[in-house]
Amino acid sequence: MSEYHPPLTDHEAVVEANRCLYCYDAPCTHACPTHIDIPRFIKKIATGNLVGSARTILESNLMGASCARVCPVEELCEGACVLGAEHKPIMIGRLQRYATDYVYQRGIDVFKPGAPTGKKVAVIGAGPAGLTCAGELAKLGHSVTVFEKRELPNGLSTYGIIVLREPVEVALAEAEMVRRLGVEIKTQMELGRNLSWEEVRNNYDAVFLSVGLGSVPQLGIPGEELIVDGLSYIETSKMNPSALQVGREVVVIGAGNTAVDCATIAKRLGAERVTMVYRRTEKEMTAYPHEYEFAKKEGIEFRFLTQPVEVLHEGGKITGLKCVRMQLGAPDASGRPAPEPVPGSEFVLPCDQVVKAIGQEKPAVAKLLGLETEKGFIKVNHEFETSLPGVYAGGDCIRAKGSASTVMAVQDGKLAAFAIHRRLVAGLEAAAD
Amino acid sequence: MADLSINFAGIKSPNPFWLASAPPTNSGAQIHRAFEYGWGGAVWKTIGAPVLNVSNRYGAWHYGGQKMLAINNVELISDRPLEVNLREIRDVKRHWPDRAVIVSAMVESTPEAWRDIILKIEDTGADGIELNYGCPHGMSERGMGSAVGQVPEYCQQITQWVMDVAKIPVIVKLTPNVASVVPPARAALAAGANALSLINTINSIIGVDLDTLEIIPNIGGKGGHGGYAGPAVKPIALNLLSSLGVDPVVKQSGVPISGMGGISTWRDAAEFLLLGATSLQVCTAVMHYGYRIIEDLIDGLNAWMDAKGFKTIADVVGKSLPRISDFKDFDLSFRAVARINPDKCIRCNLCYVACNDTAHQCIDLVDASGNLVQPYSYDVRSNGKHEAVSTRPQPVVREEDCVGCRLCHNVCPVDGCIEMVELPSGRPSITWDELTKVRPEVGTDWEAMQRYREEVGIEIH
Ligand SMILES: Cc1cc2nc3c(=O)[nH]c(=O)nc-3n(C[C@H](O)[C@H](O)[C@H](O)COP(=O)(O)OP(=O)(O)OC[C@H]3O[C@@H](n4cnc5c(N)ncnc54)[C@H](O)[C@@H]3O)c2cc1C
Ligand SMILES: Cc1cc2nc3c(=O)[nH]c(=O)nc-3n(C[C@H](O)[C@H](O)[C@H](O)COP(=O)(O)O)c2cc1C
Ligand code: SF4
Ligand code: SF4
Ligand code: SF4
Repeated sequence: MSEYHPPLTDHEAVVEANRCLYCYDAPCTHACPTHIDIPRFIKKIATGNLVGSARTILESNLMGASCARVCPVEELCEGACVLGAEHKPIMIGRLQRYATDYVYQRGIDVFKPGAPTGKKVAVIGAGPAGLTCAGELAKLGHSVTVFEKRELPNGLSTYGIIVLREPVEVALAEAEMVRRLGVEIKTQMELGRNLSWEEVRNNYDAVFLSVGLGSVPQLGIPGEELIVDGLSYIETSKMNPSALQVGREVVVIGAGNTAVDCATIAKRLGAERVTMVYRRTEKEMTAYPHEYEFAKKEGIEFRFLTQPVEVLHEGGKITGLKCVRMQLGAPDASGRPAPEPVPGSEFVLPCDQVVKAIGQEKPAVAKLLGLETEKGFIKVNHEFETSLPGVYAGGDCIRAKGSASTVMAVQDGKLAAFAIHRRLVAGLEAAAD
Repeated sequence: MADLSINFAGIKSPNPFWLASAPPTNSGAQIHRAFEYGWGGAVWKTIGAPVLNVSNRYGAWHYGGQKMLAINNVELISDRPLEVNLREIRDVKRHWPDRAVIVSAMVESTPEAWRDIILKIEDTGADGIELNYGCPHGMSERGMGSAVGQVPEYCQQITQWVMDVAKIPVIVKLTPNVASVVPPARAALAAGANALSLINTINSIIGVDLDTLEIIPNIGGKGGHGGYAGPAVKPIALNLLSSLGVDPVVKQSGVPISGMGGISTWRDAAEFLLLGATSLQVCTAVMHYGYRIIEDLIDGLNAWMDAKGFKTIADVVGKSLPRISDFKDFDLSFRAVARINPDKCIRCNLCYVACNDTAHQCIDLVDASGNLVQPYSYDVRSNGKHEAVSTRPQPVVREEDCVGCRLCHNVCPVDGCIEMVELPSGRPSITWDELTKVRPEVGTDWEAMQRYREEVGIEIH
């Protein structure tokens, strides 16, 4: 598998850039969670100032190369483009990719580390939120160490986003760029395992927690041990594609974006039939409308109002997924109508592989550090500070509201870096008095 | 269907569209093809003195992704042997008796040279002769082309030599590289020219290559000024055309004018007709898209004339000339304000920034509840298309402060979205000329001006 969209050619990019109206206080910029000055970076493509274009993007969004590929642009920048109503919106994401690829492919660094302040910050978790926070702090002159439990940095951009959307190299190049800003990224260091909280607390002036979320939760049905975890399914497809076992008839449980990704992989890597089962209806599914459309185009089938109740197997091999039909009842805590089983409606979906993609577990470090939480997510104030003074958090691990995305994690990391900087600078000034 | 045929100083043509003297009329085979497509006439690529051409002779001005909004060239007159050109002219004319075949000429400035070329052209059976007093490069260095067109005395002298010999209609083609085209035009008329044509190309340097620092186009390490033509020159051509149309001497003479300079569509063509052209010549647009553009030139012009009730080209010619005026005769009490149609507006805010930064700061951004908002005033945490679109303010013109400069109307990307609405100013109509006749001091003394403004209620902030 390789990237779904080919890169824009120079000619395509210039033609598209010239189509942009160069709106003032542009709605696309408002819609972008990191508020990239989109007309500015696009005009720079039109004038052939590609380094300046990339700098404009990365100034607002250090993970601009990932975001260019993974952002749900239909819901964000492109969805707000003034040309959307009558014509086609500008291909902002692909232009962003064009400009950022230009500097990454040539090894051009658009930022330099700031003059050293002597302050030390620890970042826990090297995903988009952590790398952004680390990079922004390094630009401001702070000395930053990132601790990452995995072997490779950049979190789900490296391990979780299917290659069709983002190649691993792009995610790793972003981490290298942050390294070149002077940030130390220590991998295979997990807070709570081989890195103690005391060590972090005692050695750093501030801490940023960007640990993301955990693994896929249990369904609690018989035969669950034979179900493949969706996140590892995707991870294997990226890191070790030849080792990925894809069934002939695959059932994916869940209807969010991750579930669509799992189904897409299964389909593209040889499954004859891929069916997604979801206990609610089309209306309640959390996958973006454009993702749903994409999945249908890929030939993926959908079974709504269907709840798995048991994995059927013979001699360690899956033979089917027993399900029960559901109907919608009164609204539940999430405000969506609660699905209830229709008695006696059990049936079996024949299949030889079941993948579950039903969300991720809440961050475990919250408990470890005794942090206040909100619906299981780490609770932060307006400055991204947790209930522990000097300890900040951002990214998926605080996303109690709204949908988790890379660009939101980047914005958290950036705003948290500024908040941490304000705190550290206040400390420096106090010391000087 | 309107009658598009013209009789231009005795030269008949089934429609007013002629190919200008340039690469599209370089050879007989090309003109045959052009006539098959329906062109009404062709002005043969200038023949005359022997020349040699160079490579990389066309430069072009591209803008915002649009190719060739203008061309610039250092091409000389025809570099084909004179005899070949004359033979092909005769052949084309024999095949196309109903089309206008005009031959452009330029020779050394002696009566003998001109007499010789005129006799040779007449011998082909061509319908007319165009005297090229316009080529602004190369030929002018040899004392021809614009070197003639820029000096009324030379214009008159050479035209005189030609008129002494010529039996077929003679058109004098003027150069725009002058402060005014009126003196050379009058000079040509004084010598008896039967018609005028304009514009030839404008002196220009297209650009500099930022990698090599060479002039564009690069001709063996050098470059220089060339002749500018194409869509970008149209407004200049229209101005020069109308300056002839309103000149009393030119008007009095009654000679027809062949207009050119940036004609690409029937719309351009109609504008040239309205400002006094009888025939229309086209070069760059054809060099860009080929002879086939004649189809819509004719079709579109026809449809427009039918819609407007014009039956003949003569009905259209010069129709808008009476509106050409000097500033001093404009009504100072005329008032228009910009009005934005929110149903058409796409909220790009280009009008806002244009007015705010460079005009009169009279466009406000207004939110859904009618409150004024500042640009970029959303919270850093606000995002997503729904928030961005639903909270986006609407630009609204404060009509009482709007001076009606029309900048916003010009920058708005949506047709018909910003209208300039005429409003009563409440002041009696008066021109600068009339005002300074009765109160000359307002033109010399700011205090007098201030008193006048207060009297009639003109407020400037
Ligand atoms: C399958 C999938 C597809 C997705 N597709 C998209 C998409 O197309 N577009 C989009 O915008 N978003 C997408 N997302 C969401 C997006 O990936 C996340 O919102 C984003 O990665 C969040 O960044 P983060 O830095 O908060 O967390 P993560 O990317 O999860 O990074 C957290 C990092 O912290 C590390 N870590 C965790 N605990 C510890 C510890 N105790 N000590 C040290 N390190 C630790 C982890 O190993 C990880 O590297 C997708 C998510 C998934 C699961
Ligand atoms: C490449 C080129 C060569 C030209 N050669 C001649 C010429 O030989 N004789 C002449 O009278 N005008 C010449 N012209 C000028 C055109 O006839 C015409 O006046 C001018 O291009 C304006 O018309 P346009 O805007 O439609 O091109 C030339 C123009 C171009 C672009
Ligand atoms: S970061 Fe994402 S939302 Fe923002 S402009 Fe880029 S592609 Fe659009
Ligand atoms: S809204 Fe569209 S046209 Fe306007 S600046 Fe943004 S991308 Fe360009
Ligand atoms: S320029 Fe036109 S479309 Fe754009 S905001 Fe102004 S009125 Fe609306």
